[in-house]
Amino acid sequence: MDLATGDLTLPATERQPLAIEARGLVKRFDGVTAVNGVDISVPEGAIYGILGPNGAGKTTTLRMLLGIIEPDEGVRRMFGHDNPQDIARLVGYLPEERGLYPAMKAYEAIAFMGALRGVPLKVGRERGRELLEGHGMGHAADKQIRQLSKGMAQTVQLLGTLVHEPKLVVFDEPFSGLDAINQGKLERLIRGLAEQGTTVIFSTHVIAHAERLCEGVAIIAGGKVPFAGKVDEARDRIPAQVRLETRAREGRWLAALPADVRREGDYWSFSLPESGIEPLLRALIEGEAGILSLSIERAGLHDAFVHIAGEAVAREMGRASEGDAA
Amino acid sequence: MSTATTRSRLSIWQAAFVIARRDFVAILFSRAFIFFLLGPLFPVMVGALAGGIGSEVQQQASSSAIGVAMGEADNAAMLAAHERLADQLGPVMPDMVAVPDASADFDARALLEERKGDYAAIVTGTPAAPVVTGTEQQVERLSGRVALVAAGAASTAPQAFPPVKAQIVASSGASEKADRVRTAQAGQLLLFLLIMLLAGMVLSNLVEEKGNKIIEILAAAIPMDAVFLGKLFAMLAVSFVGILVWGSAGALAFASGAVGMGALTEPAVGWPLFFALGVIYFAMGYLLLGSLFLTIGAMASTVREVQTLSMPVTMLQLLVFFFASYALAKPGSWQELAASVFPLSSPFAMLARAATEPAVWPHMLALAWQVLFVALLVKGGATLFRRRVMQSGPQGAKKRGWFRKRTAAALAGSAV
Repeated sequence: MDLATGDLTLPATERQPLAIEARGLVKRFDGVTAVNGVDISVPEGAIYGILGPNGAGKTTTLRMLLGIIEPDEGVRRMFGHDNPQDIARLVGYLPEERGLYPAMKAYEAIAFMGALRGVPLKVGRERGRELLEGHGMGHAADKQIRQLSKGMAQTVQLLGTLVHEPKLVVFDEPFSGLDAINQGKLERLIRGLAEQGTTVIFSTHVIAHAERLCEGVAIIAGGKVPFAGKVDEARDRIPAQVRLETRAREGRWLAALPADVRREGDYWSFSLPESGIEPLLRALIEGEAGILSLSIERAGLHDAFVHIAGEAVAREMGRASEGDAA
Repeated sequence: MSTATTRSRLSIWQAAFVIARRDFVAILFSRAFIFFLLGPLFPVMVGALAGGIGSEVQQQASSSAIGVAMGEADNAAMLAAHERLADQLGPVMPDMVAVPDASADFDARALLEERKGDYAAIVTGTPAAPVVTGTEQQVERLSGRVALVAAGAASTAPQAFPPVKAQIVASSGASEKADRVRTAQAGQLLLFLLIMLLAGMVLSNLVEEKGNKIIEILAAAIPMDAVFLGKLFAMLAVSFVGILVWGSAGALAFASGAVGMGALTEPAVGWPLFFALGVIYFAMGYLLLGSLFLTIGAMASTVREVQTLSMPVTMLQLLVFFFASYALAKPGSWQELAASVFPLSSPFAMLARAATEPAVWPHMLALAWQVLFVALLVKGGATLFRRRVMQSGPQGAKKRGWFRKRTAAALAGSAV
């Protein structure tokens, strides 16, 4: 990558055009490195999750991708444009810190957010009412934002993000502050957007949402991206877990169990061996263990996230302590 | 590679219009606008009250009379002479009363030191050789008048004053000049009050926006320059509405004959041009100061920081106003030239000039100069605003300073 010329050499993604591509994004705040070399490629039409613990650098990354703040190093492109703000009409953004003018009426707030993205005010007002009606909030259209509940105000802002029918929607922690019912509604809305061909990127530290929705994820930890790829690939980073119930408590077959085996009540739990389950099954049968039940559970995204992010953080801490020692 | 789409965003002026329209409507229908409309009444009321109280206090303070403690005949002669002079001199001549029970060995000093009676000073001796006893200030103030009364009392011939025939002229060179200076001062004061009021409003408007967390939504959608311009011009439009309201009310009152221009003399360039220049200079002054205040608003993250940072600018603006007022009293001096050239004081100095000098071309020159500085300041302010309001840009990151470090650390904490 030649930063001086802005030339961006990105990995081949020939099958699907990219909505966002970023390489080596770095952002420092007065000596504190918030983001340290983030690479992200988001295909058009995908639902993509930016996962990370609190303080990992998710918001800073999103702000750089959107052109709200400029990276200190690295380059990013949005639909092929170096300056994301050049295509602001195609993008919708819901920041983590929700903000609306308290004195504005709900439909006016939606229209205003549309106007910022080029929707004529009259059209924005009509769409604002339609969107509110469509989301069961028609009764609140003429209410001031300050008169709405927090959840309703959040919905208004969400609709304002979509009023101009963007090609790319970026949500920063969209599920925070929503109750379970509204979280479900938001998940359905995100799926609906993707079905219409809209690219959706959202950050979250609640992995369950990403697991249900995303095709691809980037895990950010300590300002870096230790993993970016498909959800299945992330889950494959840690082996499947085997749960075994036997009639016999002891026997020669015990020696065949992997080293990480642990007893959990009536069950034996261990990681699926690299050699597969067949050799183990053979040893259990020959050793007359008396198999009552056996299940193989693929690792969830949550486990994968904890594993990947934990390793990354441990590496960073190790590097930091080495630096201190030196 | 992704499919490149065509450029798709609002132009800076379109975006500024969106912001300006929102702010304009929001302010126009807010309580703040009512206060803005009522704003000019407050200084007028305070001024009237202060003036009334001041003159009352002054009247009270100067109400003490001169006591006369001479012989009985001399007292009568002094009082008679005082009466004749008071008729001619009016309020310039203080009251004069005889000190009761003043014996031959009367001690005026002791009476005053014991704070008996209500005398500004006491005159003893004789009309031919009067002695005034009092504080140094009162003796200095009253000696001349006592001498005048004593001279009248000592004169044996009855004193007569010839009748004075009056010939009234509308004005003289000296009085016109003085009157126009008064008009200039009034114009400057009004300009200053309006600009300060507006600059404060635009600042609080921006801080409120930051508090509402709207700024990130704006920053994601439109250039920050547009936010800066939109806010600046929205407030200017609001102020024009205010001027229109006040101007219409004034014009109606003037047309109905309820009020005249009072003590204000017609300015040298005439009222219509003076008003037009007043509006233009107001716009220039506001844009200059508003840009400064908005830039400050961008750098601050809390109301307290805004107050701390805007204090020096407010003080600077006060100094600039005083400088322009001072220059008004020095026509043709380097001070007047400096006040006209220095961008922040130029609108005040030139409005004053419009009141006192009839030439129009200096205004054209000054306006061109001010427009240039408005453009520079707005551009500079917008650039700083863009860099600081979301803490973006590598150039901003290279700067080091206590404020920068503090805000950057705070933002790093909130951003990640």
